[in-house]
Amino acid sequence: MCIAIPGKVISLEGNKAKVDFSGNTVTVNTGLVDPKPGQYVLVHAGCAIEVMEKEKAEELLDIFADLEEIR
Amino acid sequence: MDTATVIENLKNYDGPELKLMEVCGTHTASIFKSGIRSMISPAIKLISGPGCPVCVTPAAYIDKCAGYAMKKDHILLTFGDMMKVPGTEGSLSDLKGRGASAELMYSPFEAVERAAAHPETMFVVAAVGFETTAPAYALAIEDAKERGIKNLKFVTALKTVVPALSLICENQPDIDGFICPGHVSVIIGIKPYERLAVKYKKPFVIAGFEAEHILAVIYDIVRQIKKGEARAKNLYGNAVREQGNIKALHIIKKHFEEGPAMWRGLGIIDGSGLYLKNEGSFDGGSRGLDADIKLPGECRCKDVIVGRINPDECPMFAKGCRPDAPWGPCMVSGEGACGIWYRNRKA
Repeated sequence: MCIAIPGKVISLEGNKAKVDFSGNTVTVNTGLVDPKPGQYVLVHAGCAIEVMEKEKAEELLDIFADLEEIR
Repeated sequence: MDTATVIENLKNYDGPELKLMEVCGTHTASIFKSGIRSMISPAIKLISGPGCPVCVTPAAYIDKCAGYAMKKDHILLTFGDMMKVPGTEGSLSDLKGRGASAELMYSPFEAVERAAAHPETMFVVAAVGFETTAPAYALAIEDAKERGIKNLKFVTALKTVVPALSLICENQPDIDGFICPGHVSVIIGIKPYERLAVKYKKPFVIAGFEAEHILAVIYDIVRQIKKGEARAKNLYGNAVREQGNIKALHIIKKHFEEGPAMWRGLGIIDGSGLYLKNEGSFDGGSRGLDADIKLPGECRCKDVIVGRINPDECPMFAKGCRPDAPWGPCMVSGEGACGIWYRNRKA
């Protein structure tokens, strides 16, 4: 339930961002963070909950792809 | 220290038996996936706690949501796992066959968009979650208010992790340390665990989700216990700030107030619920939804949730209680301890 996935911020408009998740672009609420385009955000329930460094975000992506198989 | 050395240390642990509890369903899944139990000494027991807000949702809440879903011109929106939780008249999924309008949503913001596009329909969000999800509902309400949307309600089942950890510490004093949830901690930071560590004199360590991170946290807890320490630590520093997400904490405080909440299998825990305050018609009525279905006498969920037994020690496990026909809360959700143990059991 509390799973959060990192994605790359493509563009920002007001309290919303276009975020790329492995090729899928999704609109995300950024009311809780102040990201810049190119940065990664950790997204839960359509809401960015933290800004992350690129390498750390990529590490997380690996593990969540693995966990999907057994959930 | 590298992971191989950590594993060697944990494998060779020969001290007194230790019980460590993880309180996040994603940690439970990761521990299974990576086979952590087989990498460490059998003297270090890993226990799965109440790791999922869906699992602990009582029947009265499901019934309330079902009531909205059965109403003319109403659509109930919720996250996937909620569909299977048993209510008095069956789960939301069962009730769909009897005309209930219950649909999956990806985020509460989607509910706002749908309400804006269809003003003739009342959209009701089954707002379940821990601290990780609460701010998203609050932001959605702010968005809906700004846009003058009137056809949107939230029935909340929002719970906070710290009161549940306190309850477990009070009732289950033989748990020696806690592997603390990663994404709840992104919001709440480390301070609440510092207070718990002082009060209960046990280590509380925030973990990331990779096997290496969980192993490092287990190692840290074992080391702390050996040295007689009881500290709160953050070992998920790539996502969790010490102070948490200040904006998120602020928005939770602005829109919610604490109150007692019913945890299926555990009972009512004071101060563990978050309820909307002063949100007028957005509040779909969330208080006092405490009644639960009577679980069969053999159901041991209560013991599983507080770590007294492992899921496969319950007499109903994989027999009267399975993911396709769940009874207790731990089997209901994909992130419940019994559900995860069931899918990863040896045939």
